[in-house]
Amino acid sequence: MPLVKNGKTATDIFVHVADGAQLPGDGAVLVSAARFLEDPEGMLKRAGKLGVIWPNNRDVDDLVPYLDRLAVVALVFPTFRDGRAYSQARLLRERYGYDGELRATGQVLRDQFMFMLRAGFDALEAKKQSDVEAFALTSKRYSVFYQPTGDGRLTALHRRMQQRHSESAR
Amino acid sequence: MYAYDELDRTLLNERVEEFRDQVKRRLSGELTEDEFKMLRLQNGVYLQLHAYMFRVAIPYGTLSSKQLRGLAHVARTYDRGYGHFTTRQNIQYNWIKLAELPDALASLAEVGIHSMQTSGNNTRNVTSDQWAGVAPGEIEDPRIWSELLRQYTTLHPEFSFLPRKFKFAITASAHDRAAIKIHDIGLRLHRNAQGEIGFEVLVGGGLGRTPFIAKTIRPFVHGRDLLSYVEAILRVYNQYGRRDNIYKARIKILVHELGVEKFAAEVEEEWRAMGESALTLDDGVIEEIRSRFSYPAYEKLPHMPEELKKAAQVPPFERWRRNSVFTHKVQGYSIVTISLKPVGAPPGDATAEQMDALADLADKYSFGEIRVGHEQNLALPHVAKRDLPALWKALDKLGLATPNVNLVSDIIACPGLDYCSLANARSIPIAQELTRRFANPDTAELIGRLHINISGCINACGHHHVGHIGILGVEKNGEEFYQITIGGRADEHAELGMLIGPAVPYGEVADVVEDIVEAYLALRERPDELFVDTVKRLGVEPFKERVYATR
Repeated sequence: MPLVKNGKTATDIFVHVADGAQLPGDGAVLVSAARFLEDPEGMLKRAGKLGVIWPNNRDVDDLVPYLDRLAVVALVFPTFRDGRAYSQARLLRERYGYDGELRATGQVLRDQFMFMLRAGFDALEAKKQSDVEAFALTSKRYSVFYQPTGDGRLTALHRRMQQRHSESAR
Repeated sequence: MYAYDELDRTLLNERVEEFRDQVKRRLSGELTEDEFKMLRLQNGVYLQLHAYMFRVAIPYGTLSSKQLRGLAHVARTYDRGYGHFTTRQNIQYNWIKLAELPDALASLAEVGIHSMQTSGNNTRNVTSDQWAGVAPGEIEDPRIWSELLRQYTTLHPEFSFLPRKFKFAITASAHDRAAIKIHDIGLRLHRNAQGEIGFEVLVGGGLGRTPFIAKTIRPFVHGRDLLSYVEAILRVYNQYGRRDNIYKARIKILVHELGVEKFAAEVEEEWRAMGESALTLDDGVIEEIRSRFSYPAYEKLPHMPEELKKAAQVPPFERWRRNSVFTHKVQGYSIVTISLKPVGAPPGDATAEQMDALADLADKYSFGEIRVGHEQNLALPHVAKRDLPALWKALDKLGLATPNVNLVSDIIACPGLDYCSLANARSIPIAQELTRRFANPDTAELIGRLHINISGCINACGHHHVGHIGILGVEKNGEEFYQITIGGRADEHAELGMLIGPAVPYGEVADVVEDIVEAYLALRERPDELFVDTVKRLGVEPFKERVYATR
């Protein structure tokens, strides 16, 4: 799957390891939440980076104790119509302070990129190569935002207040 | 009126360009219909029986004359010369061409109107009292808060793919004209003991196949916390609302399945966990939005001007004034409701010519402002009483002075099987027949306040559950049948109507309604006991007997 990371096309160094399959001794791997939770400490001791694919119908609370030792959290969009992972993403970033790679997987399409970036995703496993190519354009389509999220973009309300202050200071 | 600033305009233009690109990709085949469907829905575009239908938002029901002309322009240029005002302060066009939609959107954007999130599983147009800012006794103009919510919910990065659609309504008056109890979130603005502005928050109202009246989950949320509290509700719903069954996906089902106490506790827990939120509104921010609403410079005018005394001698004028003119908070002014329910016509329709002419009348008599109500009528909110006779003459010429506001022929109806691909039965011809049956204004006035609501299917776009008389179209062995309910209402005493008996065929609906009305006239205690109060007092039985005795 083509990957966009921090705004650029990237090579995915993480190997998806299926449940039950042998884990390689080192190297970066992505495992399922179920597998990870069987023996989290053991898995975190392993050499090589670890990422967890977290389903969208399980509270992220169970993942919170391990966040600072995970290299990737991959959240899932089974279809682009299912928006649960947006809430999970914001909770991980804004409430639990997760600062590793937050990856969107599943049916990840161009027209959702902006929402995903605003919710805190910094890596997108895009479904279509053409969407990856359109990333630069798509991510610049909007310059005005009404809601505060953890992405740091200034909201319209905030910009208006700044404008007011600078006008009254004159 | 709320005035868009450069930021609002920029966002709107960016949205139009995005949709233009999406339509282009659909037409070239780059997007599949499945992928495109959600994108077009998020821009208010449905595929109906004959063509695409295009739904445009009129946030909290306020329009400037310029905006109304913009709506007329779209009707004339991209549709068949008319538009249909809905029960949620939207206007729908029924014959739009996909390839022309981006241009239609661009022309609306020029007057600060959009169709963002008028369909799809997201937060819909925020609706409010059509008399906001002019109703006597109102605590504060609810549109300030409606606009804050409009901005907050527009293109929300977390809540644009909810389990199902999500609707807000706000009222700031004791009498609820916004039907807040049949919304996903209903907000009743009031003051606490300290005199501070806040909201009673109701959740889980809605009609459709499983109707519920909304329940209060918090009696007072301070105004500064409105957005953070709403975010807590939406986050709980986004994560735990059902996604396995479209008919069980609305928040009302989640509230029902968890129980309202448990649901309220979940929201409370989430809200507390949010802590000090960037969503907290300080006074400056609220003031910023407030400052961009402009209000008319009213004159000091007499309560009873000469023009009005003289015109009172003209019976048709006086009838219209009695029916369609309402008390304004400022002496010497009135609120004028414009009935879009002429005898024999589809409820809620207006032609491009009527819209343009009404825009002119608004400029001349109502400080350039028009309102849209959920009853599918329009209003001029600031008419000087001395101008009422002249306004009446002008409206009458346009076919916009039918004196049936709140009366039996002021019917709410969905488009039904004439347009809609979901419908089981026709709505519009039923409404048309009823307006002919009750065309005599003396009879209608004698009957008094009576709301008939008609839906062509169980999705209940015509709000049949909360009509004083509700009519629901169903299909039985390939034929149109109609279930009749009585005693429903959508105001502060909201209730669901009760079924009076077996469904009746298309041809008998008007007769049955006539029977119900005749029974009421015979049963009421006094001439001013309203239909809905008689039903409350006596229950369904006497009406049922009357209707089914001869059937």
